[in-house]
Amino acid sequence: MEEIAIKVVNLSKKYKIGERVPYKTLREEIIKFFKRDRKKENEYIWALKDVSLEIKKGEIVGIIGPNGAGKTTLLKILSRITEPTDGYAEVYGRVGSLLEVGVGFHPELTGRENIYLNGAMLGMSKKEIDKKFDQIVSFAEIEKFIDTPVKHYSSGMYVRLAFSVAAYLEPEILFVDEVLAVGDISFQQKCLGKMDQVTKEGRTVLFVSHNMSAIRSLCKRVIWLENGKIKKEGDANSVTIEYEETFLKYGGGLSPERVRKNEEIKNKEFYFKKVGIFDEKGNQKIAFKYDEKIVLNIELEGKIEEKFHIVFRIYDKFGIMVFAGASAEFFNKYFTPDVRKIKIEIGPTNLTKGTYRIELLLRKGKIQKFERDEIDIWDNACFFEIIECSPFETNWQMESGRDGIFLIPSKFEEI
Amino acid sequence: MEKILIKPGSKIGKINLKEIYEFRELLYFLIWKDIKVKYKQTIFGIGWAILQPLFMMIIFTLFFGKFAKIPSDNIPYPIFSYTGLIIWTYFSNSLTFATDSVVKHQNVITKIYFPKILLPLSSVLSYLIDFFISFIVLIVFLLFYRITPTLNIFYLPFFIFITVITSFTFSLYLSALNVYYRDVRYIINFLIQIWFFLTPIVYPASIVPEKYRSIYGLNPMVGVIEGIRWSLLGKEITSLKMMFISVSLIIFLFIGGIYFFKNMEKTFADVI
Repeated sequence: MEEIAIKVVNLSKKYKIGERVPYKTLREEIIKFFKRDRKKENEYIWALKDVSLEIKKGEIVGIIGPNGAGKTTLLKILSRITEPTDGYAEVYGRVGSLLEVGVGFHPELTGRENIYLNGAMLGMSKKEIDKKFDQIVSFAEIEKFIDTPVKHYSSGMYVRLAFSVAAYLEPEILFVDEVLAVGDISFQQKCLGKMDQVTKEGRTVLFVSHNMSAIRSLCKRVIWLENGKIKKEGDANSVTIEYEETFLKYGGGLSPERVRKNEEIKNKEFYFKKVGIFDEKGNQKIAFKYDEKIVLNIELEGKIEEKFHIVFRIYDKFGIMVFAGASAEFFNKYFTPDVRKIKIEIGPTNLTKGTYRIELLLRKGKIQKFERDEIDIWDNACFFEIIECSPFETNWQMESGRDGIFLIPSKFEEI
Repeated sequence: MEKILIKPGSKIGKINLKEIYEFRELLYFLIWKDIKVKYKQTIFGIGWAILQPLFMMIIFTLFFGKFAKIPSDNIPYPIFSYTGLIIWTYFSNSLTFATDSVVKHQNVITKIYFPKILLPLSSVLSYLIDFFISFIVLIVFLLFYRITPTLNIFYLPFFIFITVITSFTFSLYLSALNVYYRDVRYIINFLIQIWFFLTPIVYPASIVPEKYRSIYGLNPMVGVIEGIRWSLLGKEITSLKMMFISVSLIIFLFIGGIYFFKNMEKTFADVI
């Protein structure tokens, strides 16, 4: 049996609603006392409810979930910052927690002084810090400013220094909360590299992040928390992909169904009203793999006297048109005036990872004579995302921008 | 391998001395930070530690000693009041500072685990440096007035220790309460002003009538100041009973304070 690093059994944490908001004043307490205004059970919220899990030694586990899911609460309980209301946890080994970098930095102190202070807070001994001091400074790239008070640092320098101290902390178990959302891209990559190295040294890491690609590249196993409970647990790739699909479906500006607002419609006679994005099986979603087909279900409104045809265009995040598909030009397909619903099947897209925009156009007239008239344009009809593109033999993910737009099959051989 | 069990806390928190020992380096760094930060960007630096009690002594000598002719148990009034003032300055400054210590470190408390008791402790200890500097000035005064300490001087470290404990004790209560009720910040200034006059600093404890001395002894600072003056200046102890009440009250409050703080500390991160 493999050794266990963390064992969590039915862990729960209850907060009073409003307890996290500002401190009380004595006056309020006294008034409350006389009013007999005691808290009722329904004024509580369970930040964590009956969470049980086991993490083995040397494992690196990602924790994902929307805001307020209980991710940070879990790490806070495991690092003994706050106490659970119920249940228990066993942690084997020295714990280091990085819930935020640079905690305890004092602006008046120099970089050198802050390294010692912060190191001590994170649980390093002076000896240890002495030994790693030069590495910390060079990792942070702040050699020249080491004796300058950190209040004069740029925010980038500050964050780099803070991360470096934490990176050289060598606990057996490390909790990391969203610290990589800092610094410039090259430093972020350096940090990810460092984290990777940490796990190769056989240490256990719990890693909370909203950055799915970071999670996928670092973790094998992922725990998905939602409303204080474990919603899903398992292989990093499948869980994060499912998470992205669900999360994106309900969250943010990316939606698999778009209804056009009246202000957006210029030609009120005949126009696009609604579009939904589906996969081949009819599931509504916006996150696809490179080799999946995308299906658009379009609804039209208004009146038209003659036949019309339809065009879609795909743009990448830089605004470059990736592809344009046209019913008339490609298939000599014209729709009769009574048609109000149209299905477009696109793909497999063979696009690299990234977000793409679809523009829709309605046209009338014969294409042979170049008498095409635009009836309606819906420029931001919908968005979709390619979340996986690793078609070759390794799990190298092709990212839009870095690896181009399209997947073009290729081979390498000696001759 | 070390195993940490995390479960809902029992009513009375255990006092983990081993853990405090393990974090001794952090205590050292916290004290060092407080000292460093306190006098950064000041022109006069650590000189402020001397100026405050010195000026008060001059004013008090003039008004209370010379004009109002307040007795001072046959000790030159400047020495008498300065001895009381450096103790009082240490007590009031360190207590005020320590009261804010937990709240001031709220970002650390919500992000890193460590024994929170180190915060008031380091605050109280960091002010000792100011105390020792103003104490050097006292030695100069003693030489000037040709006052030779008696054998009682061997008890001086004990009474300085009691002074630190007194300040630490009250900061345990106040710093923890401050997390819940920021009213404490306002109370503290007011409290210290009143307390000053309830303590034999500008006047000797001997002016308090016999029958009230036991009640007077309920102010722990009475015992502290009396003890310091006794050990340093060879002044007779006004009332042993009063002294005993003060010191035992401090010990009682100290133990209570540690439990109080331990109990409150569990919810700091949720409330602060």
